[in-house]
Amino acid sequence: MSDSHVSTLPAARHHHDPALLEQFDTIEQQKDVSQLGMWVFLITEIMFFGGLFAAYLIYRNLYNPAFVFASKSIAISYGAINTAVLICSSLTMAMAVHSAALGARKLLILFLVATLALGGVFLGIKAVEYHDKYVEHHIPGPNFDFNYERAENHEEVAPADVAAQTSIFFALYFAMTGMHALHMIIGVGILLVLIWRAHHGAYPPHHYTMVENFGLYWHFVDIIWIFLFPLLYLVSRSPVH
Amino acid sequence: MSSAGTGHIVSPKIYIVIWLILLVFTGLTVFAAFQNFGILNPIIALTIAVTKATLVFLFFMHVKYSPKMIALVIGSGLFFLSILLVLTCADYISRSWTT
Repeated sequence: MSDSHVSTLPAARHHHDPALLEQFDTIEQQKDVSQLGMWVFLITEIMFFGGLFAAYLIYRNLYNPAFVFASKSIAISYGAINTAVLICSSLTMAMAVHSAALGARKLLILFLVATLALGGVFLGIKAVEYHDKYVEHHIPGPNFDFNYERAENHEEVAPADVAAQTSIFFALYFAMTGMHALHMIIGVGILLVLIWRAHHGAYPPHHYTMVENFGLYWHFVDIIWIFLFPLLYLVSRSPVH
Repeated sequence: MSSAGTGHIVSPKIYIVIWLILLVFTGLTVFAAFQNFGILNPIIALTIAVTKATLVFLFFMHVKYSPKMIALVIGSGLFFLSILLVLTCADYISRSWTT
């Protein structure tokens, strides 16, 4: 990655850092390689979500009226609050990496705990949303009925064919937000390990690659949501369309 | 660009500015969704999303301060994503065309 350490091999071998694995010349090279690997993993994640986005794009074009109806039935406030929560958690994560770089262990733990808490808030709001979908009979399957109690609640009733097509939107909604939520749950699990290990001083300022790479993962999950929010919640909210 | 040494340390001030911009853009995209811009509505929503994602990539994910190799890897990944999206859509749009 960097060409500055070619001649440093003997020096690096002499005062050996226990964190430095033997196949690397310097700790910087080890860190660069590790980060490159993390980015390659994130690229595979982009391609994985890319398939879902492609499916979304095609069905949105094929069944646009159904997507407009279905998107309008989702509470915009949950999605907007969750977007803000994730952006805040990205800030606390970036500050956690910053604290690790400075060797401020207490701050590192504090920011990791804050990130964990915000991740928990996100998942809690998501659970409330999913429950709402369940109550409204908006989960694709045998009990799916888009127009269930819509007339009673003075909401616009969709024509029968459009109502049937909305199940495609909701299938994509659950696939995409569900996959995103799964990534969040995995992230929360790793955060717990990071907090535990940080508490035991596992991330000194010259070797906190694990925290940094997890930060990349967390920000990536944030980016996925940045796209999911407008695509799922904001298809068409204007009165005339 | 090099990450030699202990790595580039970004000032928390930059993080807070980016955080504020991201929150403002979130409000902006909700506001724009309630306006009727016709065909421009999804374009505006996606432009804001791409801008937000770029800010997260560059600053929160340190791409701006990382080796060029990282930018190359991301660029190639996005190139393949564009093949996935553009060619799939081109097929669906043009399949009904008859001569």
